[in-house]
Amino acid sequence: MNLVANTSGRRQDRALFAALCVVVALLSLMPLARLLLEAFAPGGVPSLKAFFATLGSANTWTATRNSLETAIGGTAIAVILGSVVALVVALTDMRGRNAFVLCFVLPLMIAPQVTALAWLQVVGPASPLLKLLGLAPPIGTRNPLYSREGIILLLGIQYAPLVFLTLRAGLRSLPRELIEAARAAGASRAFILRTVILPLMTPGLVAGTALAFVSSIGNFGIPAFLGIPGRYVVLPTLIYQRLSGLGPSVLSEVAVLSMLIGVIAMAGIILQDVMVRRRDFRITTTSIAARPFTLGRWRLPVEAGLWAVALIVLVLPMAGLFLTSLVPAYGVPLNATTATLNNYTFVLLEHAAAKRAFANSFSLSASAAVVIMLVSVPLGYFLVWRRSPLLRALNVLVELPYALPGVVLAIAAILIFLKPLPILGVSLYGTVWIILFAYLARFLVLGLRPAISGYHQVDRALEEAAQVAGAGLVYRLRTVIFPLVAPAATAGALLVFLTAFNELTVSALLWSSGSETLGVIVFSFEQGGDSNYAAAVAVLTVLVTLALMLTTLALSKRIPPGVLPWRD
Amino acid sequence: MARLTIETVTKDFGSFKALDRVSLDAADGEFIAVLGPSGCGKTTLLRLIAGFDEVASGTIRIGETVVSSPAGHVATELRRVGIVFQNYALWPHMTVAENVGYSLRVAGVATAERNRRVEEALMLVDLGGFGDRRPANLSGGQRQRVALARCLVAAPSLVLLDEPLANLDVHLRAAMEDEFAAFHRRTGNTMIYITHDQAEAMALADRIAVMDHGRLLQLATPSELFREPANAMVASFIGHGMVLPLTDILPEGDGRARARLFGRELTLRCARDQRAARQGDLCVRAGDLTLAGADGDGLACRVTRVVYRGGLFRLEAVVEAEGGPTLSLDVPEPTSVAVGDAVTIAVKPGRGWAIPTAGGRDAS
Repeated sequence: MNLVANTSGRRQDRALFAALCVVVALLSLMPLARLLLEAFAPGGVPSLKAFFATLGSANTWTATRNSLETAIGGTAIAVILGSVVALVVALTDMRGRNAFVLCFVLPLMIAPQVTALAWLQVVGPASPLLKLLGLAPPIGTRNPLYSREGIILLLGIQYAPLVFLTLRAGLRSLPRELIEAARAAGASRAFILRTVILPLMTPGLVAGTALAFVSSIGNFGIPAFLGIPGRYVVLPTLIYQRLSGLGPSVLSEVAVLSMLIGVIAMAGIILQDVMVRRRDFRITTTSIAARPFTLGRWRLPVEAGLWAVALIVLVLPMAGLFLTSLVPAYGVPLNATTATLNNYTFVLLEHAAAKRAFANSFSLSASAAVVIMLVSVPLGYFLVWRRSPLLRALNVLVELPYALPGVVLAIAAILIFLKPLPILGVSLYGTVWIILFAYLARFLVLGLRPAISGYHQVDRALEEAAQVAGAGLVYRLRTVIFPLVAPAATAGALLVFLTAFNELTVSALLWSSGSETLGVIVFSFEQGGDSNYAAAVAVLTVLVTLALMLTTLALSKRIPPGVLPWRD
Repeated sequence: MARLTIETVTKDFGSFKALDRVSLDAADGEFIAVLGPSGCGKTTLLRLIAGFDEVASGTIRIGETVVSSPAGHVATELRRVGIVFQNYALWPHMTVAENVGYSLRVAGVATAERNRRVEEALMLVDLGGFGDRRPANLSGGQRQRVALARCLVAAPSLVLLDEPLANLDVHLRAAMEDEFAAFHRRTGNTMIYITHDQAEAMALADRIAVMDHGRLLQLATPSELFREPANAMVASFIGHGMVLPLTDILPEGDGRARARLFGRELTLRCARDQRAARQGDLCVRAGDLTLAGADGDGLACRVTRVVYRGGLFRLEAVVEAEGGPTLSLDVPEPTSVAVGDAVTIAVKPGRGWAIPTAGGRDAS
């Protein structure tokens, strides 16, 4: 009787597991810990001075009030618009569903700063669209979007797709029998909607509302473009202004401010949890999704109404953006003779920082996507198939940097990398590497979630069969597991790429000369009054985004349902 | 090829005891079916043998090697077991040949040698020339055979089959049953076959291990299991046995005994070491019962249900006594018996089985 000792197979397991724990701790735990440390012990010395000084400042509370006003207002618009559209799309026999969903969800994939820029071009005094129609206000008139109401409106439009997507996911799993039973009991459509559908949809609606609120409170692009010129400051823009005006000396103060945003965002998430837990919303049967309501003679008017919404939220601003990018100089009326592509050649070929920004954004997004995919596949493996309790805790941590507003993570990254790295003595502050770190931390969860849903679709027996055949963990990962979850992991990598490519919030605080991103370039062109150049860059980013989204549609058969938000 | 020895293995998940002191010994080349309802622990047992999970206590040996014990655990990769999974677990991104040859690739077998052995294994399961196909383009039966070939090519010491027929339709099952029997004959492998289907287990296995609630209830040949169940649970699970209360059991030697059933004396079979007992249990099946006629010797019953079963009627009747159980028996067509009728039911002489009494009930 001889006992074979612990084997190389298990050592491999443990080494990989330990490495993953370290990666997650570095990306998720360290930034938040560092931020907490700075707020309560600036420079390592325990002190509540910065804490109370910041909370005692009138600016802080004005910005907090403004943040709450715009976030709540924006969420209200997003919820109303998103849920009405979701109900119509999911429950009725409208035609052209797929095309409409793509158009309605697209604004979510367009960067907030691009949305803001586009809308400014649509309604401003220099608007080529209004000029073509002869409706433009005189030059010098204040753009009506430079206001609280403007911010609320655009936040609402930006995040309506979030509410739409969560609600529609719920409506899809609503069994037909539940509605048919109500019909058999003699209920009218409105009555069924009120007594059966909406009550069962509460979790989706609440989740969508919380998502829209957290996204609105953390949004930087829209209040930066609309609020800074209008002197309407919210928490993220206050942090940006303090930091870019005064430099690292105010780090403790902005650490406290970013924690304030974090606390508000967490409150939104917790409130959602409490609301959903109070009642039982579990649906017991599963069958084909219901599309129970025929529109009859209302079909055409309803379809027209929906497409009008798509026109307003997508086509109008994009048209305004495109036309602006063709205008030779601010205020010049656009017609066949004045239209020019010079703005494009300028940003692509002549402007050094813009050229760098294209290269930086491409390589940063691509690196982040690849690294995150390589981490997500083994991480998802341990999370879904090994169910280690330690990793469960880490899984929650992975969510945090994305659930919390981007400025929170950006400030944390500055705090970590301001001083040169210990031992190595190299400083990452002011290089692209600090941005890459922030992207990895913030977007890891975007790559991980699709990988996890990929694992849920694969039968674990496929891995066990390889184990039986004698393959060790790394060999299994390479020859069996990775090929099986590759479609889902690739979709996750694409989401990471698209999000990072359109990102501004993090890089606005972390960039320096030489490490500009596309978001930063659009922002600085617009701040410098060069809306035409800003529009040209923005149009190019939208085109790249659109092209990648359409590519994924071609591959969509191999990607688990629910991974790509723009797919019906 | 090797024998498998499982000694007092226990496995729990939290407070749930999935396996409770299970011992089982499979001789080299033996075909053992592990039979039980879902949740009985049979799949847990398979996963422990395969090494996917670790034992809480007890030991598992393959050949002379201890592979699982609280002191150590040999990784699945090193156990050289073959498994045929319930849903075959064929890798969809590989061809049939790549699926079959995977373990050889892991072991670093040269390509030419690998191809030869893969083709050989495919020929053995009648799939010669199918190497370039994808699993998605095969029928259910063909996939099953690919899974068998994949298992075969690695020359495993032990083959585990996890409900391999559960996903096939009825016609294919019979054909695959033959296939498994032939596979066993050809390879002479020790096989552990997990199933919840009695007919399957009886048709294939040398011995059957009946499990319930994490415990091994009986390990015996199919005929022993049917004729001489060791306890009331096995008696009622195998072949829909009825368990009835006996009194005054008197062994007469040579595996025969007399006893009383609701006061009526009868003769029955019993274990050779059966001792006299005041109380015990009788196992009978529908075929062991007969209608005795109004004045015959038997139990007075009232018919509660008559179901036509094609050529015969299945009668259900309640014994007219305090807490009388329901009996089932078959009567040939035609019959005039109807619901509500009074009938007399007798146990055919020598057909019942006295379930061996547990210690507590033993009167002597």
